[in-house]
Amino acid sequence: MMVLIGSLLAFSQSTPQAFTGATIIPISGEPINNGVLIVQDGEIVAVGDADTDIPGNADLHDVSGKVLMPGLVDTHSHVGEGDGGDYSSSLHPDVRIMDTIDPRSKEFRKVVSGGITSVNIMPGSGLLMSGQTVYVKPKPADTIEEMLIVVDEETGVYGGLKMANGTNPLRSNGSPGTRAKSAAMVRELFIDAQEYQQKIEAADGDPSEMPERDLRMETLVEVLEGKRIVHNHTHRHDDILTAIRLAEEFGYRLVLQHVSEAHKVADEIAESGAHASIIAIDSPGGKLEAINMININGRELEDAGVNVAFHTDDPIVDSRFLLRSAALGVRNGMSRKAALESVTIAGARMMDIEDRVGSLEEGKDADFIILSGEPLSVYTHVEQTWIEGEKVYDRSNPEDRDYATGGYEIFRSTNMHIHGERH
Amino acid sequence: MMKLFDQNIMKIRNVLFGLITVALSAASGFLTTTDAQIAVQGETVYTVSGEAIQNGIVLINNGVIEEVGSEDEVDIPSDYERHEAAVVTPGLIDARTVVGLAGYYNQDHDQDQLETSNAVQPELRAIDAFNAREFLVNYLMEEGITTIHTGHAPGAVISGQTMIAKTSGETVEESLVDSTTTIAVTFGPSIDNNYDSPGTRAKAVAVLRQNLIEAREYADKRAAGEDQSRNLKMEALADLLDGKIRALVSAHRAHDIMTALRIQREFDFPMILEGASEAYVVLDEIKEADIPVVIHPLMTRPSGERKNVDMETPAKMKEAGIPFAFQSGYESYVPKTRVARFEAAIAAANELGFESALHALTLGAAEILGIDDRVGSIEEGKDADIVLYDGDPFEYVTHIEGVIINGEIVYDGE
Repeated sequence: MMVLIGSLLAFSQSTPQAFTGATIIPISGEPINNGVLIVQDGEIVAVGDADTDIPGNADLHDVSGKVLMPGLVDTHSHVGEGDGGDYSSSLHPDVRIMDTIDPRSKEFRKVVSGGITSVNIMPGSGLLMSGQTVYVKPKPADTIEEMLIVVDEETGVYGGLKMANGTNPLRSNGSPGTRAKSAAMVRELFIDAQEYQQKIEAADGDPSEMPERDLRMETLVEVLEGKRIVHNHTHRHDDILTAIRLAEEFGYRLVLQHVSEAHKVADEIAESGAHASIIAIDSPGGKLEAINMININGRELEDAGVNVAFHTDDPIVDSRFLLRSAALGVRNGMSRKAALESVTIAGARMMDIEDRVGSLEEGKDADFIILSGEPLSVYTHVEQTWIEGEKVYDRSNPEDRDYATGGYEIFRSTNMHIHGERH
Repeated sequence: MMKLFDQNIMKIRNVLFGLITVALSAASGFLTTTDAQIAVQGETVYTVSGEAIQNGIVLINNGVIEEVGSEDEVDIPSDYERHEAAVVTPGLIDARTVVGLAGYYNQDHDQDQLETSNAVQPELRAIDAFNAREFLVNYLMEEGITTIHTGHAPGAVISGQTMIAKTSGETVEESLVDSTTTIAVTFGPSIDNNYDSPGTRAKAVAVLRQNLIEAREYADKRAAGEDQSRNLKMEALADLLDGKIRALVSAHRAHDIMTALRIQREFDFPMILEGASEAYVVLDEIKEADIPVVIHPLMTRPSGERKNVDMETPAKMKEAGIPFAFQSGYESYVPKTRVARFEAAIAAANELGFESALHALTLGAAEILGIDDRVGSIEEGKDADIVLYDGDPFEYVTHIEGVIINGEIVYDGE
């Protein structure tokens, strides 16, 4: 029976799907009025104007008057009810959040109702290294494996490494107790990893010469080799510069996360080549080291030439309000182009998945959303969300719509990730 | 210990400052109003009390609205200072917040919204803790909020009193609209987080009833002119039972809302329901009790007792005929406050619509709070609290271009 269903799905997938009449915002180019999008077998086959050839056997979807754009990319989220490292140590590069996520979590239904189709799910920021993050598509799945976005088939990497500095990892009765100690502990572990890496290189493929397997070292070698990106939670301007300093010392690839005082060091961030994943919140305050967080970060980073994305940090900002964050960026001086990129292709670059998602281009994954109107308007709703050519959310279906608006017992089985004082 | 000492010194100093300010104000006969004469021209002026006016003009004189009408009806005197905007609305009202008691640093020294030494403290006055110069008060003002109903937070059986202030002014005396608006009462599981006892919801209700029974006796003796020693706790609760002030009752789960209504019937006090995440489950009962609702922030996180929040609740309350208003609420972390305008926007976009959302954010809130004689609409004789925008007040990309409170331009959009 499973085989039969599988083959039926495969059959329906191979029928081209043509979406006509919408204003298409491909991100990779100028908006197309009365555009045509054709997808097949989970991929985009064509994007173009009204003259685009539509295969005779295609299923037609008239989406006139709507806006069609790539599915959104969230570079920092805590959905899926996973966890990370414990307090036995502050350094857990061996720990995988992948092993703890509930693929059936109802939070994923909420995520797609907000138009998000790729998510970087991370463990918390209460530790210097809380574990490996996971890049997923929030599509219906029985196993986490079905949801993974594998960055590189050769390495099999499907996530980054979560790091944090500033006050969150500090322990009043333990280690690290200061910022300098935090940096020293991270440097020490990376020096161990450099030595481990040298042993592997010296073995030159001879299994008998290889160092003993060490999960912590193996992960950090991936980081040193540039195969795994570091996502570094950081708020204050000096902590931002410390994160950059360590990345430059060891040559690893860096995405700055939150970057609350980015507006003070935007040029230094640009100079370093680091990416900036930022958050929009409705008022400053509440967290002392982030007290100077204001919503001009998008504008300042764009002006400095930094690749900048908005994230939700769900539950800090709900996954249903990622587009809103981009709009608040525009309100505070970001260009509309950069704002739309900040929730699509810019985030994809931070996860090494820009060849698959983040824009509507031939050959890319068929991940897209259909909006009722202007993407940056409060009155606009996500009407449909498609992942790899399958519709995963439809607002006209009352059960789906409930996840967009909320209601009685919708999220009953969900244990929301709570940061406490450490997000 | 040192910290406590410093805090006390600070508080004493603030009280002294307040007294000096009152004395000076009384001497000059001048508070926050101004004699500036201003003409606000709006491509669309939402008066809220009446139809929107295209190409409207609002004349402001001596802190109050002098005249409002279309450009064909109103002549602008030549000496009036002119301001133009695409959209003009009345000053917005945040119907439940804790800013001014809660500060943005979120450190012990600026968190006065919840006193945890005792779960029943109706005698705590908001005016004794309100910091008019708090950053967050000014922050809300720059988002178009000109009036806030603020005070003690949810989370105690009775946490204290609330007050109404304008978001301008440098002292509580300058900002004040109403010193004693409600007594904040909570039903539900949040009390258990802050106190060893009551440690259950049922015990909290028992404690509340016992206090109200004692207050009934106190109120009866007071009415009869019998001798009794003054008791601040009982005075406040007697005022509640005598209908002089109202209860601002926080409850989120449907069964907690029903318990709140049960206790209100038993003691017959005037009440505003606040929070009310599951109000949509018991709309008929709320309507029957004839109780207005200050609805939770629409973007509140769906967790704990708020797990079942629904962005369409305001639309459902409108349909049921229940008066409601918006609030920024109480936030313990990030963001330290929400913005009622942004919360109303989410309701507007989720079936409520623009006009009803704007009404609830202005005149509707003023009516619930009992201050509609002064604020909430652009009408002759009302306080000149006006907000100027470059577009739809609820759109994310719209900017505030000016805020006028009591006839004074307190923010110019820069």
